Amino acid sequence: MLINYWPIAILIAVSTFLAVAVVVFGHLIGPRRPSERKAAPYESGMEPIGPGTRRMPVRFYLVAVLFILFDIEVIFLFPWAVNFRNLGVFGLIEMFVFIVILLVGYVYAWKKGALEWE
Amino acid sequence: MTALQVIFLATAAMILFSAWMVVTRRNLVHAALYLVLTLFGVAVLFVLLEATFLAVVQVLIYIGAIAILMIFAIMLTRRVASDDTVVANHNAGWAAMLAVLVFSSLVIIMGAWSQFTTFASPLTRPGVPSNELGQEIVAELGQSLVDPDAYVIPFEVASVLLLAALIGAIVVAWQKDK
Repeated sequence: MLINYWPIAILIAVSTFLAVAVVVFGHLIGPRRPSERKAAPYESGMEPIGPGTRRMPVRFYLVAVLFILFDIEVIFLFPWAVNFRNLGVFGLIEMFVFIVILLVGYVYAWKKGALEWE
Repeated sequence: MTALQVIFLATAAMILFSAWMVVTRRNLVHAALYLVLTLFGVAVLFVLLEATFLAVVQVLIYIGAIAILMIFAIMLTRRVASDDTVVANHNAGWAAMLAVLVFSSLVIIMGAWSQFTTFASPLTRPGVPSNELGQEIVAELGQSLVDPDAYVIPFEVASVLLLAALIGAIVVAWQKDK
């Protein structure tokens, strides 16, 4: 029932309060003496080069797609794992087939080098 | 009003507000963040409907993965935060009319159902205490995923679909030597 979700509600309330409080109190209490140096975007002590919003490499997107697919696989694994003793050998074989099919894609990604960053 | 109704109305208002913000923000990163809020509101609705597993899936998949993917996709594109982004085109009027039409026909069709204005009673299952009901339902879902009389074929087909998506993503997005 809903009463089980109190911890989540409390967590949301506390984290919202904390986030707001940090910003508000920082504004109210913190001293502000801006200078040109302080206002400059920090880039390891160097003068920033180029625009701040650069296009990201497509590789990030590939990693995100791979992450989603295996995330979905976990979602399928979860209801099976909760009940897996009752599902017996047949359930085990079903899940095995499911994972092997996905493993083909994993091996493909691996061989293609999509998992390597360099 | 019961507490459930108050939570529902607040959540629905939050969803509508954030969904409106998603389609009107010029800055696409802000739109994506509002989308996360919308998706979270839907997760809360799932909880209110006692679809606990769906709520977890909503948070894990939609907020945890798809929102991240969208933010990556936005950052891949040029001119992320430019103010000349067009947020509406000449089809906006038609789209609004279509939306009103779909909504009103849904209300008319569902209004014909005798249970439309009554509240659903809480989910119960004989012999299962209410705090273990969520787990029981997830176990039943797992059972039906591997049951030949239920969803074993869609379950295996889903893995083929995931495989196709995996290979397709690599073929489209993978570039050699760069």
